[in-house]
Order: sequence, then structure tokens, then C-alpha cells
Amino acid sequence: MNTVFTILVDGVTYASWLFIVALGLTLVFGVLKILNIAHGSFYALGAYAAASFVGWAASMHWAPAFSLVAMLLAAVVVAAVVAPLTERGLLRFFYGRDEVLLVLVTYAMFLILEDVTKLVWGTNPYYVSEPYGLFGNLNVGVQTWVGYDFALVALAVIVGLLVWWGLNRTRQGKIVLAVIHSAEVAASMGVNVSRVYMLAFSVGIFLAALGGAFTAPMISVQPGVSVGVIIVSFAVVIIGGLGSIEGAAVGALIVGLARSLAVHTAPVAELFSIYIVMAVVLVFRPEGLFQRTQARKI
Amino acid sequence: MDSSPAKPTDSATPARRRIASAGLGVFALLAVAGFFSPKWLTFLVTMAAANGLVSLGIVGLMRGGVVPFGQGMSFAIGGYTAALLFNKLGLTDALALPFAGGLVAVVIAVPFAPLLSRYRGIFFAMLTLALSMVTYGLLMKLELLGGSDGFNLGRPTLLGRKLPDARVGYILYLVTIGVATVMALLARAYFDSTRGLVTLAVRENELRVEYLGGSVRQAMAINFVLAAFCGGLGGALVVMSLGHIEPNFSFWTTSGEFVFVAILAGWQSVAAVFVASTVLEVVRSFSSAYFPNTWQLALGLFLLFVIRFLPRGIGSLWMKGSAR
Repeated sequence: MNTVFTILVDGVTYASWLFIVALGLTLVFGVLKILNIAHGSFYALGAYAAASFVGWAASMHWAPAFSLVAMLLAAVVVAAVVAPLTERGLLRFFYGRDEVLLVLVTYAMFLILEDVTKLVWGTNPYYVSEPYGLFGNLNVGVQTWVGYDFALVALAVIVGLLVWWGLNRTRQGKIVLAVIHSAEVAASMGVNVSRVYMLAFSVGIFLAALGGAFTAPMISVQPGVSVGVIIVSFAVVIIGGLGSIEGAAVGALIVGLARSLAVHTAPVAELFSIYIVMAVVLVFRPEGLFQRTQARKI
Repeated sequence: MDSSPAKPTDSATPARRRIASAGLGVFALLAVAGFFSPKWLTFLVTMAAANGLVSLGIVGLMRGGVVPFGQGMSFAIGGYTAALLFNKLGLTDALALPFAGGLVAVVIAVPFAPLLSRYRGIFFAMLTLALSMVTYGLLMKLELLGGSDGFNLGRPTLLGRKLPDARVGYILYLVTIGVATVMALLARAYFDSTRGLVTLAVRENELRVEYLGGSVRQAMAINFVLAAFCGGLGGALVVMSLGHIEPNFSFWTTSGEFVFVAILAGWQSVAAVFVASTVLEVVRSFSSAYFPNTWQLALGLFLLFVIRFLPRGIGSLWMKGSAR
């Protein structure tokens, strides 16, 4: 019974940040039709920026609670600086090209960003420990959990609801939905499609950076964090269905639980449990769990 | 398992004979040049030729319009097969090992081929990626296979003879470029055969291929299996020269590099694959020596440049005639 509970809690906390990151990935795919390999690099940028910002806040002797603001700020700055640069400066030249080719464009972007992060932050690991203790510990039965993990779950829920609300209940969001449905028709109705692209891409990057910034306290921020995150978040969006918010949530939960189940019952399977789930979903529902099958255009 | 329908010498049109003699000419030239080259250079070309084989398989699939993002799987399977045969069963022959590597890669790929042949675009890419990452996860955790550190293997023999210390690099170089030449010629013959042309037609319009009586899925499945053979072959050849194997062979970034080479080469020319592979090896070894922290940056910029300005790869530079 206890193990079941542990597995559930570990799975859900792992799913929380993963959902935030995957939500960005699925949004960018939904609008721009780009499966973004560089998404993990934006996650890493967020983590690095958070490390710098939190360190800076600490050196100013601000209250530890301010480090949360610093992390949020880090994500905003990454999105505000990097998104326009990559979307306007690079991606727009490749719109309309084959989906797989676009994957390779983002692969090139990933390679470039890998080295850019190394150039800016060096190769030594950073530790952002301050915020981790902010929420204290939580005793449940015999187990103790770090409060921060639960705060992350709350953050994920809030972010998910905000994005859902933004897309479905605001004018701007409905325009985005129109563009997702058909960029061409939307453009002919007077929608500024390239503005929507940039908006969606910025939000997507912001979510990646947010995920990175808020997981920074739980990991050591070092070269290579991007590499793992990309593939796991790919698994999430593939399982859930590309371009679907509910899909990202369910996908993140499935991946989180699959992983924690493997960790606690069969550690050997930790690394590939996620990909097995992904492969099985792809086999039976190639379009993902939450995606209606589309007729192939001739 | 190489079901190439037409050998290059069979219906020997002058063009085919020309290609075959050009291939053999290049091989002879490289063999002589390698004899007088410094060790690092022969090693570099060995790696380029072996890795190029993996990318050759990807190009074969790309001709049908799909890009596998998990070719590291076949590469790793070939490598591990060769290394295990060497260490556990004592099979040390430098010609038998690559063939065995390719064969085992085929055996493992065959069950997946009918499944994968249903997928296109990013779904094909992602499913192959998932398979390679499962392989990676398995290899990392299996103590029998050395876990995350992998393991070493000794020096191969050739036709029952031990390789002399001074010449081992050169002989493995000869074996590698020899295998690469044969595979390149076979690939050319395959690409120009009926089935190879059906693959090209699939790229243009699948439905028409079906209406005309061709089987799209069969073509895709066969290409996938052939790609696995190429991948296994390449993996085994790399392992023999490297003397070491580790799970990273199956990691997605390794697969990414193979795709990089395939995109750089384009799908028209077979020779371009090996040229592109050599370019990557040269860039890799020079930049990791001189700018260790910016070589991926250079690679990324290069890839962007190719996609933007040479969308059909460097092969399109000298294959303009057949471009449509």
C-alpha cells in the first residue's frame, strides 16, 4: 500500500514539470507544425537563467522567497530574448517545408544552442538550492516529501488551466485556434498569422524555460540536461497526441507513473519504460490518445 | 540478406559499367593513398566510411520520403554483435564480424518492418527513435553487456591470419573501404532497379503507386530492413577499428548525426553519402581539437545552411541531370 502511494506521488511530481515543458512543445507543434528538438535547449536555457538569477538575488541578500520570482523572471527573459530571435531570425525561412525537414532545422538549432549555453555558462554544474527548502517538508505516514515538489504540481495545474483558458476563453486564443485549424483561411479572414506564430512560439518557449527554471532546484544544472528532456517530452506529446493540451496532461501522467513504477519495482526498466509506453501507443494509436485521426490528403 | 535484385555487372549497360569501374577506381586510389597516409587520416576515413554505411541506409529510406531518427539502434546492434562474437565466441575475422553484425541487425529489424512500413513523417521518425531509445535503455542496464561503460575488444584477424602491429590500422581501413565500396555499388544498382524506382515513386505519390499495382508497404519494409543491414554493418566496422563499444551507439544524438550526414548528402547520389560522412568526420576531429566548445555550433550552422540553400544535399551539385 505504501509503495503504491509512493509510486503515485513520485509519478505525479515527475509529471508536473514534464507537463509544463510538454505543453509548450505541443502548443508549438499545434500552431507552427514544428516538432521542436530545440525545446529541450530552451528548457536548459531556463534552468541556467534561473541559476544565474537566483544566485544574483541571493548575492543581493533578498529574502529567499524572492528566488521564486527570480525563477519566473528567468523564464520570461529567456522567452522574450530567445523566442523572437529564433522564430523571426530563423524558423520563418523554413515555414511550409516538410515536417521532417523542420525537425532537422530544430535539430540544428539544438546543436547551436548546446554550445551557446556552454559558451555563456561554462561546463561546470550549477546548483540552485535556495528555493528547494522554501515549502518545508511534508510528512505523510512514514514518508517525508519535500514541499517544493507539491508546489510544482500546483504550478503545473495553474499553468495548464491558464493555457486552456487563454486558448478557449479569450479572443486572442480563439484566433490561435483558428490558425491551428487552417492558417490559410485565418489569414484570408484578416488574421495576422505571422504574429500568431510568434506569439505561440514565445509562449511555447516560455513554458519550456519555466519548466527548466522551476526544476533547476531539483537537479544540477549542467551540459546535457537538454538532451534527456527533449526525448522524454517527445514521448509525452506523442502519447497524448500532438497539439492537444489534455493529451499533454495525460501523457505526462502516464510517463511520470510509468517511470516511477519502473523505478520502484524494476529499476532495470527505468530508462526504457517511457519509450516502451510511447512505442505501444504509437503502434495502437499512431496519432496519440487525444488526437482524432486525420484523413491523409492526396 | 542483401536482396539486391540486380548485380551491377548483370545487365551491364555502359553507364553501369562506368559506375562500377569508377567505384573500383576510387577504392584502388584510396587503398594506395591510405598506404602513404598518416595513421590519424586512415582512421578518420575508416570512421567516415563505416558511419557512411549507416547513413546510406537512411538515404535508402529517404528516397521513399521517410527519415528514421533511430538508426543508432541498428548501429549499436551491429556493434554489440561484433563485439560479443569477438569476446564470447572467439569469432575474430574482420570480414565475418561486419557481416554478422549486419545480419543480426536485420534479424532484429525484420519483425518491426511490417509495423513501421505503415508510418510516415514524424510518426515514422518518432517510432524509430523510440525503438533506439529502448535499445539504449536496455544496453545501459544490462550488466552482461558492460552497462553504461560498454566494453573493449581486441584486435581482429583476417582470413585466419593475425594482423601485424604496424599495419593493423591500414588493413582495417582496407576492409572498411572495401565493404563500403561494395555496398555503395550495390546501393546504386538497387536504387536504379525497379524496386528502387518504386521507392522514388512512393516519395512522389503513394496512392498512384498503389493504383499502378506497386506495394508501398512492401517497398518501405524492404528499405527498412536494408537500412538495418547497412546500420549493423557500419556499427561492426566502427567497433573493430575503435576497439570499444558503449550504449551511446544507440543514443538519439548518434542517430541524429547519421541523419545529419544523410541530409547533407541528399538522396540522389551514393557517393555524396560518403563525401558528407567524411566532411562530418573532418569537422568533428578538427573542431574538437581546436574549438572543443563550439564544434556543435559550427555543425548546426552548417546543417542550416545546407537545408536552406542545398535542400537536395551536396549530391545535387553533380546529379543535376536527374533532378526533377
